[in-house]
Amino acid sequence: MQEKRYDFEVAVIGAGPAGLAAAIAARRQGAKKVIIIERDTAPGGILQQCIHAGFGLSYFQKELTGPEYAGRFIKQAKEEGVELLLDSMVLNIEEDGTILCSNPGKGLVYVRAGAVVLAMGCRERTRFNLRIPGTRPAGVYTAGAAQRLINRQNEMVGKKVVILGSGDIGMIMARRMTLEGAKVEAVVEIMDYLAGLTRNKVQCLDDFDIPLLLGHTVTRITGEYRVEGVWIAQVDEHRRPDLSTERFIACDTLLLSVGLLPENELTRAAGIRMSAATNGPMINQYMQTSRADIFACGNVVHVNDLADNVSAESELAGRSAARYVLEGFPKRNREIPCTAGSGIRYVCPQMLSVREEEDADCKEDQGDGRKIEGCGTITGDREEIRLYFRVKAPGAKTTLTAWCGGRVIAERTVRRVNPGEMEHIDIHAEILTGAEDTEITVEAREVG
Amino acid sequence: MREQEIICTICPAGCHIQVSGQGQDIKSIEGYSCPRGKEYAENEFLCPVRTLTTTVKVDGAEEPLLAVRTAKPIPKSKLFECMDIIRKERFRVPIEQYQVLIKDLAGTGIDLIACSERKGDPYDI
Repeated sequence: MQEKRYDFEVAVIGAGPAGLAAAIAARRQGAKKVIIIERDTAPGGILQQCIHAGFGLSYFQKELTGPEYAGRFIKQAKEEGVELLLDSMVLNIEEDGTILCSNPGKGLVYVRAGAVVLAMGCRERTRFNLRIPGTRPAGVYTAGAAQRLINRQNEMVGKKVVILGSGDIGMIMARRMTLEGAKVEAVVEIMDYLAGLTRNKVQCLDDFDIPLLLGHTVTRITGEYRVEGVWIAQVDEHRRPDLSTERFIACDTLLLSVGLLPENELTRAAGIRMSAATNGPMINQYMQTSRADIFACGNVVHVNDLADNVSAESELAGRSAARYVLEGFPKRNREIPCTAGSGIRYVCPQMLSVREEEDADCKEDQGDGRKIEGCGTITGDREEIRLYFRVKAPGAKTTLTAWCGGRVIAERTVRRVNPGEMEHIDIHAEILTGAEDTEITVEAREVG
Repeated sequence: MREQEIICTICPAGCHIQVSGQGQDIKSIEGYSCPRGKEYAENEFLCPVRTLTTTVKVDGAEEPLLAVRTAKPIPKSKLFECMDIIRKERFRVPIEQYQVLIKDLAGTGIDLIACSERKGDPYDI
């Protein structure tokens, strides 16, 4: 079979919200040839099956459903001339930036790109990640798999349902299954607080009188061919089930909404430095990975709770990738780490690229709009760097502080914090100019 | 006298607002911390509404279903009645985004509209 070879300036892997926003931004930054490679048969990623509303409130100031939100980006991508290679599975990213993928019609396809943006998103954790004991009958689904079957493939997955995990997908599926005629017996959550947004508890569980059992977990699955029921029990403070409280719930379906894992096989194979806290690549403030020509954005970097945040950070990744190809910037400078202090689970970006003094002084323009070669100014980008992070536990009024070398560089107080809702703090890029050996630490302190 | 605790969903603060009253009369409302929260709780007490999002069967497209929603929120009490109507319908391509598929759904005065287009025109290179 004839090998197909294409040349692009920027190649984006994944046509979900992250990939679409990155590709559009790369075009608008001046990259002429931009392609998105997508393994599904249509662009839009997971938003195609997220038929519920709640998207776009911050990005478009309008409440949209998933398909509407994706549709706006798909339309922009077409208008900007972003090319799309669908039904194509990326197998490897070579050292020179060539992406190897397979397509049922074209066979093996090689896409050579000056910069690559990783936007593969995430996968769901399964029964086997949790090691739930019991038999292995049909009827155990991850919530997202059930969502795809019901919302895109017209296949109903069950009639009597228990949902493990109070994440947003789990609660949204509780409503969806109920509207489609199923009975949801309970949503079971191992933590003593809700994993998803309060809005979803109100509109998906309370509206339909679906019980939420906090501090409980599924201890066993029973059933020979099909699920016949699950055993649940309360958990102690170490999240171990207390078997004296075990009770049986008859059901034919168990949905799992127990967390997402960034999908990073390609990233690891490319030898990119990974973060143990996020399971994603470590990135700097330009969304650049430890390989200078590879950028990353969206859930492949860290699992976001709002698609709107994904779109915003992905635009930065797309702009940076285009600038890398057109201007050789961001080049990889010295970097200082950005770490999680007390009360914080992780901070993203994990590293900040230091601006050298000569870079900061360098004039941007040569009269013809071209930048001086090797010049590292960040003129044109925001002078604030946004650090995203998650707190470890829910709390009332909390002060969020960014420290650098023993002094406070940014601080804000919020009315409440929740691990399910991503927080951020902005620091001035100036702090990084000529910064010596140091690190930036973010901490959260409850104040009342 | 009816008493209800309403969790506000306007912002992540999630205030617990206590409302009591009878019929269309609100006697007391407590626990809100902004005017939007007060308005939300009043509406939730008097006539809670929701945007219904679901799918319809479509013939002639690559995928069997199309995402649809009500053009505006409808009374919460009408959700299941609307689902029963929507479930029985079938549509054919081409369908434009925001095309009205069912007018005046279940007597709510609100239309059911398509969230995306369906044309059988895949966007590929």
